[in-house]
Amino acid sequence: MKYLAEFRDPAAARRLAASIRARVSRPWTIMEICGGQTHSLLRHGIDQMLPEAVTLLHGPGCPVCVTAAEVIDTAIALAAMPGVTLCSFGDMARVPGSAGSLLGARARGADVRMVYSPLDAVALARAAPAREVVFLAVGFETTAPASAIAVLQAEAAGLANFSLLCAHVLVPPAIGALLAAPDNPVQGFLAAGHVCTVMGYDEYEPIARRFGVPIVVTGFEPVDLLHGLLACLTQLEDGRAEVENLYARSVRPGGNAVAQAALRRVFVPAPRIWRGMGEIAASGLDLAPAYAGFDARARFHPAIAAPIGPGPCLSGEILRGRRRPTDCPAFGTACTPDHPLGATMVSSEGACAAYHRYRRTAA
Amino acid sequence: MSGPACPLPAAEDGVIERGHGGGGAMTARLVADLFRPCFGTAPETPLHDGATLAVGGARLAFTTDSFVVTPLEFPGGDIGSLAVIGTVNDLAMCGATPLSLSAGFILEEGFEIARLRRIAAAMGRAAAAAGVQVVTGDTKVVERGKGDGVYIATAGVGLIPPGVTIGPDQVRPGDTVLLSGDVGRHGIAVMAAREGLGFDPPVASDLACLAPTVAALIAAGVRLHCLRDLTRGGLATALVEIASAAGLELSIETDAVAVSEPVQGACEILGLDPWYVANEGRLVAFVPEPDAARALAILRAQPAGAAAAMIGRVRPAGGRARVLAETIGGARVLDLLSGEQLPRIC
Repeated sequence: MKYLAEFRDPAAARRLAASIRARVSRPWTIMEICGGQTHSLLRHGIDQMLPEAVTLLHGPGCPVCVTAAEVIDTAIALAAMPGVTLCSFGDMARVPGSAGSLLGARARGADVRMVYSPLDAVALARAAPAREVVFLAVGFETTAPASAIAVLQAEAAGLANFSLLCAHVLVPPAIGALLAAPDNPVQGFLAAGHVCTVMGYDEYEPIARRFGVPIVVTGFEPVDLLHGLLACLTQLEDGRAEVENLYARSVRPGGNAVAQAALRRVFVPAPRIWRGMGEIAASGLDLAPAYAGFDARARFHPAIAAPIGPGPCLSGEILRGRRRPTDCPAFGTACTPDHPLGATMVSSEGACAAYHRYRRTAA
Repeated sequence: MSGPACPLPAAEDGVIERGHGGGGAMTARLVADLFRPCFGTAPETPLHDGATLAVGGARLAFTTDSFVVTPLEFPGGDIGSLAVIGTVNDLAMCGATPLSLSAGFILEEGFEIARLRRIAAAMGRAAAAAGVQVVTGDTKVVERGKGDGVYIATAGVGLIPPGVTIGPDQVRPGDTVLLSGDVGRHGIAVMAAREGLGFDPPVASDLACLAPTVAALIAAGVRLHCLRDLTRGGLATALVEIASAAGLELSIETDAVAVSEPVQGACEILGLDPWYVANEGRLVAFVPEPDAARALAILRAQPAGAAAAMIGRVRPAGGRARVLAETIGGARVLDLLSGEQLPRIC
């Protein structure tokens, strides 16, 4: 398939791996931010092609994993209200909050629908004027523009029965928070190509300068990932710390201006609690005052119990790159995709799920 | 940043969820922990597409399946043809010549009779093409709003020829694994029709009767150790189940498994793994290595068999019961899906 086969070419991948082996002279630790990249690395066995001196840490770039339990609890509370239809992306629906998941809530009678786009939720609101349709708006800069456009469409159509439970998150503040931590082990980053397709990569320049880390905009296929790793390791070996775009077939420096304009119009930056990482300033998007009428929290005042405290799950440590999934005593035993103890095992992009799916040695 | 906080989820095993019908790990657990103990099934009884019953001197294959599909009509088929072909295929996977079917209908009040006639006519055509008769049936009507128009349950019996014994317990180290065509068409066709995803070119279901394929293999004297049609859960689930039941390790050549470009494209967009997407007209066959080339030639000669291939082999005994698929950098272990395969967020 065009634009796919050439980036999954085993011979090209092996050549790049050989270049990496030739270039690396000492230990380096690199984090890929995006959960999609984590899965691709493990699925294609890219991590097994790297020299031992290179350590890959898996970052907080899985939208499902970093959504706080409080958001899921709120979504479940909203779904349980009479007259409310709660729309969610599919892979969010299985994630446990403090007391169950949206799929569990649906099995118990709540009206939970899986949609492919927030625009599907707007269409549902238009078709069912007697229902209150709430879209669970999660995800990074990749999904936030569609949420913004859904709000703009609902506004244009005069839909009073559509609202967002807004929990969008932003990548650069999370990278900043990871790097600012005193025991940060990460020396270089692979930035997520699709996030940069929307946002460009200007906002990474101050981070690279301030913390002295290379940040390489990278795609998702095996050859993309090896290209990104080679560029990042080359910078580290040369003592450089620059923002570099290795995904130029999709990413332009300024990103997608139309998407950014929609974001600026509908949303404002807000503090956000990340699952496992705590609150990070200006790391989320909330509805701007002009669109506050689309805020499901303000409209319905869903009541939830206080989220329960830390359990035995290490996912916070894993999302911050301190531990690896296989460091967890529960991995593959008490904690499996069927019986997940934490979000990193539930989500199709979670690091623990990736290790469980592709790298588990026990049958 | 504050410390990690990731609360324990509450146990979700109190009620049936969609994933219990997904054909993956949740379904397997429901069968193993609930149905088999309640039915008093001996734990060592193999799980296969159908049961083998010795009646007098003959061996009969007996199977049942229920069909709930939205939409009722999709590119490449409809619930009626699916209900006949699905059950006929399960009989064929036992090596049986299909004989007779039953058909039970659960209809929703208000369902158009003209539509039911179309579905029944499709069943009749599919049965005639497969050489089976629908010999008994049942009809119930539920209140409006309590069904999706029509659900169909079919059961089937078939006659197993003398000398044919097919099942995971017959798989032997060194066997070649063959796949009868490209994978993932049915699941993508139904999902696209249900969700209004307009893929261009559109994907049609691979729905096809596999009984002639199996009959041709048997007639050619191919020693069939195990057959499995790839339905929900797809290729990966079928391979994992067979490896697990046989207690043997399979190694699969990733590039040998064909995925058509439209299916590959749809899966890339939706974040689905085509190896786990449903099929309704594909099978895997486990045959002794000396028979593999002959079996492949027969598979390739079938309609839609152009992409048939040898996709792997059964490793020597002593390995773990698992399926390894080669990757660019090494190998990955295939696993049963937990619940349904859900489209990803970004």
